[in-house]
Amino acid sequence: MDKILVEARNVKKYFPVTSGVIFLKNFGFIKAVDDVSFDIGKGETFGLVGESGCGKTTTAKLILLLEPMTGGTIRFDGQDISKLSGPALKEYRASVQAVFQDPFSSLSPRMRVGDIIAEPIIVSASIPRNAIKDRIAEVLNVVGLRHDAHELYPHEFSGGQRQRIAVARALASNPQLIILDEPVSALDVSIRAQIMNLLHDIQQDLGVTYLLIAHNLAVVKHMSKTIGVMYLGKLVEVAESEELYLHPLHPYTQALLSAALPSHPDDQREEIVLPGEVSTPFNPPPGCRLYRRCFSAMPICAEDDPPLKEVSSGHFVSCYLY
Amino acid sequence: MSSENVLEVKDLKTYFFTNRGVVKAVDGVSFRLKAGETLGLVGESGCGKSITCLSILKLVPAPAGRIVGGEIIFEGENLLPKSEREMRRIRGRKISMILQDPMVSLNPLYTTGEQVAEPVKIHQKLAPNLVWEKVKEMLGLVKIPSPEVRMKEYPHQMSGGMRQRIVGAMVLSCQPRLLIADEPTTSLDVTIQAQFLKLLKEIQQEQNLSMIIVTHDLGIIAKVCDRVAVMYAGRIVENGDVREIFYSPAHPYTKALLGSLPKMEVKEERLYTIEGQPPELHDLPPGCSFSPRCPNVKEICKQEYPPQSIIKDEHLVHCWLFTSSKDK
Repeated sequence: MDKILVEARNVKKYFPVTSGVIFLKNFGFIKAVDDVSFDIGKGETFGLVGESGCGKTTTAKLILLLEPMTGGTIRFDGQDISKLSGPALKEYRASVQAVFQDPFSSLSPRMRVGDIIAEPIIVSASIPRNAIKDRIAEVLNVVGLRHDAHELYPHEFSGGQRQRIAVARALASNPQLIILDEPVSALDVSIRAQIMNLLHDIQQDLGVTYLLIAHNLAVVKHMSKTIGVMYLGKLVEVAESEELYLHPLHPYTQALLSAALPSHPDDQREEIVLPGEVSTPFNPPPGCRLYRRCFSAMPICAEDDPPLKEVSSGHFVSCYLY
Repeated sequence: MSSENVLEVKDLKTYFFTNRGVVKAVDGVSFRLKAGETLGLVGESGCGKSITCLSILKLVPAPAGRIVGGEIIFEGENLLPKSEREMRRIRGRKISMILQDPMVSLNPLYTTGEQVAEPVKIHQKLAPNLVWEKVKEMLGLVKIPSPEVRMKEYPHQMSGGMRQRIVGAMVLSCQPRLLIADEPTTSLDVTIQAQFLKLLKEIQQEQNLSMIIVTHDLGIIAKVCDRVAVMYAGRIVENGDVREIFYSPAHPYTKALLGSLPKMEVKEERLYTIEGQPPELHDLPPGCSFSPRCPNVKEICKQEYPPQSIIKDEHLVHCWLFTSSKDK
């Protein structure tokens, strides 16, 4: 990793659970993100996988400063983002953009495509007003839409084209980091490949960094250089994508990989089934979060959280087996 | 041969009559399904997969939608001339259906036990105490832990995977011959999806059930199906054994679909893509509907829809590339 763009250290986000109207009684916390640390290299793609409710999207929201952190630090290009204010904060907001899952709900139906794309530029005031029109034409060209598309409304486009508009909007303010939250899961199979290739080309040409959040392992593996696996708010394993696929160490990663759908009928892997379902992140008991479902649980697992340990170069795992 | 077919659909046509013109959602679909076999219907959204399934149950949204032609032969009888009353005795008893989102197919105001009991009460007419025994047995079959407690709970008290298993218990309670599952695992998480597919497969083997699985995910097809029918713009373009389709796909659309999937085992820089968008069903191009996007397009493709050609045994394809030499 040449240069690190995002450095997250012991990031925590706890949501208090309260009841009552005036005198709020606190029942405990939902530990949505609990002590998560990772690095994202410049110009690379970092993939976060995990099942729903594991804290992937909350992590993204913390980076986007849409939620305040409970603890820990996130450094962006060396700067602590929670301490940013004034023009520095404005600049940060322009340099981190997001593309969401459903292009039918992430684009306002009342705005023309040109206005949708111009909005982040106007808000961040990153380029002069008279250059905005050219910038819109430029990003429309990058995402492969006709230049007259800026006059139309989102409903005049198909799902794949709308996702291209969302990518164009994210690119408009010339960001360094784009957060892709399930960018292809709402799209049709034949359109998915188009968008994935587009994102790949944009990264090659412009050198942007991606934080990719997805639950489809094949998509994450295809697009990411490094992958982090999350389970119930904890980052349980981080490794280069090839390494993670060939040598998954954490029992949860092994189970997740074995549950991934095969790419052809004779690709029958050994199935590792974790009994039960994901428990709730509300006041989790001490010890490893997977303890009750793990096939190689040991007494120590119930007592203390296993730390994230580097097992081989660049391969981190949080499990007492290693 | 035809006697062991549980279901045979012949030249089914379901059209929607709308203000914008006639939408040919299903236009001449034919396939067969044997006992204990799983057929995967795969295609992109709007290709007519779900309408094909609704047509089998005669649940096409009326008055706009109508089955205008063809035959649906289930256990030797054509379903199309049957009255609504006769259909009611078939739905839920002989042909059952699982839908995508269990939160929509379950009623939030009734306990799960009451909902599983409903088809049992209607179709089997058991004594009340036996009904509850049956419900308990069904919940056990779909591996719901402590069924006595769970049957008194409401759907919101359960997780997504468990809700879908409750739906499974409901549709299997009358031992249907045919189960239609429309995107059964799309709303579930990866590991829960694997659990549910495994469960379906086990129950199928126990009861010699025939299944139609509708999906856009070729991974599910590879995992559970015996045969595949690939649909594009209201028609089946290729139909055959799952291994045949995956290892020697014939139709350019099937090839492109398989090529555009990212694979876990190999590292590739770029994925194969199909240019353009699926066509609008009320405004189909003349000839083969795939011709505007097809890399092997010929002059005839734009004029006439290709007839069926046989590649091998039961591997059928509709494409002009295979008509001249190999036919007959």
